[in-house]
Amino acid sequence: MKNKTIYILFFFILVQQITAGQNINVLVANAKSKIDQVKDYKASGKMKTNVSFLKLPIANVMLYFKNPNKFKLKSEKGVSFVPKGSLNINLNSIFTETDYTIIDAGTEKVDNIPVRVAKLLPNDDNNDLVLTTLYIDPIQLLILKSKTTTKENGTYELKMNYHKYSKYGLPDKILFSFNTKDYKLPKGITFDFDDRTSKSSIPKTEKNKKGELEILFSNYEINKGISDDMFK
Amino acid sequence: MLSLLQIELYKIYRRPRTYIAFAAITAIVLIFQFAFKSDGQSYMNLMLQNVQDNFELDKSKAINGYFMCYIILNTLLVQVPILVALIAGDAISGEANMGTLRLIVTKPFSRTQLIIVKFLASFIFTIILLVWMAILALFVSLLIFGSDDLLIFRVKGEESQILQITQDDILWRYFAAFGYATIALTVIASLGILLSVFAENSIGPIVATVCIVLFFTIVSNINVPIIDKNIKPWLFTSYLVGWKGFFYIGIDAEGQPIKGSVENWMAIRNSLYILIAHIGFFLGAAIYSFRNKDILS
Repeated sequence: MKNKTIYILFFFILVQQITAGQNINVLVANAKSKIDQVKDYKASGKMKTNVSFLKLPIANVMLYFKNPNKFKLKSEKGVSFVPKGSLNINLNSIFTETDYTIIDAGTEKVDNIPVRVAKLLPNDDNNDLVLTTLYIDPIQLLILKSKTTTKENGTYELKMNYHKYSKYGLPDKILFSFNTKDYKLPKGITFDFDDRTSKSSIPKTEKNKKGELEILFSNYEINKGISDDMFK
Repeated sequence: MLSLLQIELYKIYRRPRTYIAFAAITAIVLIFQFAFKSDGQSYMNLMLQNVQDNFELDKSKAINGYFMCYIILNTLLVQVPILVALIAGDAISGEANMGTLRLIVTKPFSRTQLIIVKFLASFIFTIILLVWMAILALFVSLLIFGSDDLLIFRVKGEESQILQITQDDILWRYFAAFGYATIALTVIASLGILLSVFAENSIGPIVATVCIVLFFTIVSNINVPIIDKNIKPWLFTSYLVGWKGFFYIGIDAEGQPIKGSVENWMAIRNSLYILIAHIGFFLGAAIYSFRNKDILS
């Protein structure tokens, strides 16, 4: 019993040492090299869009990636609204920019998992990217969360859950948050049917300008080769 | 009574005025289709506004046959009452104008039967007009533009929305919408017949029907709270656009459209009841007035 307690204590100390002690530059490089194993992938999944003014059904989507930064998200069928910053869904896009300074921002927890926080600052002042914050699981070398701030399109946040494809650094589920602008049509332009009860279902206070995109991946085809035509 | 109905339908068939309605609908639909085929993206840009700043959308897929039909119906179902009035407003007054009314009422049919037959003939004309519109606006548009999901742009209270209906959930909505439109236009037909009872020539009831519909439609669309609350519910024109209710798809707690659902079936049903009540009232008033009318022409 005494031995067991010592082992557990030792394990926690070890984890803490790994979590806090690893050099942040090495940690980011290790996380990147895990992602870099993937030269290309084709993934299928279900996309749920959560934007206050868009009432869209869950869409079956295909995602295509080819190294270094070709990425395409498209709906298998039907009309699809794809957020303009959806390139950020792809983790490889975070590391497209190679000239950046990494700042150690300490430790935090994402879904109760201890993570190291790394802030990536591009050295080029003309870059649209202002700041990328990565929340990296130092044990599995997985990026659990990222926040990207751009000059033109505001801030994107990406949360990832890993399971089947964690050894490639590819998530099974992602939650992508982005900024949206308010959508307002002039009254009378659409000649609507006034059913006298159809007042807004969303209280004004809840009408934030954040949109969310949730993708549940069902399958990945990794490093099987993808034609460039797929990205046109 | 069937033979009387056949005669009435034959009269409508022989009247050149009948074909004005079909020609007008054909011309309007074709112009719409040509305009959207040439530059539908401009319309889409107008409706999407700043959504395009945040989202990418394949507009060519969004401008499909189903979307075209919705846009055409949106415009045409405001104008079609005028075309229905052309036939219904002429029903009794046309006979009076030609001096055949006295002759007809001497036949072994009651005046009630005569009004009902005139009403049925106008009703059948309305159905044929809507079937023609469905062929052109829906099926021809599907041939030209293809089929895909339908986007509905809507203002609900203070909120603007874009609803997406998957293509396997659309066709039944159009059948329901055309069914609703038949009832809505029959209200105009019955109003035309009622006004026709009081006139000695066709122009008066046709113009009067058109003016009533236009006036009520304008008032219905003023969008000022005092009118919305106190006047709009009393105007039958407020319910003419109830067909759109079939395209307001139900939404679940997570904001996802529920396939096969409508948001407010009760409102559609109540609107239908109100329209049917109007038909009953106008037709009843027409029968009562005609039965008590001194026929001198």
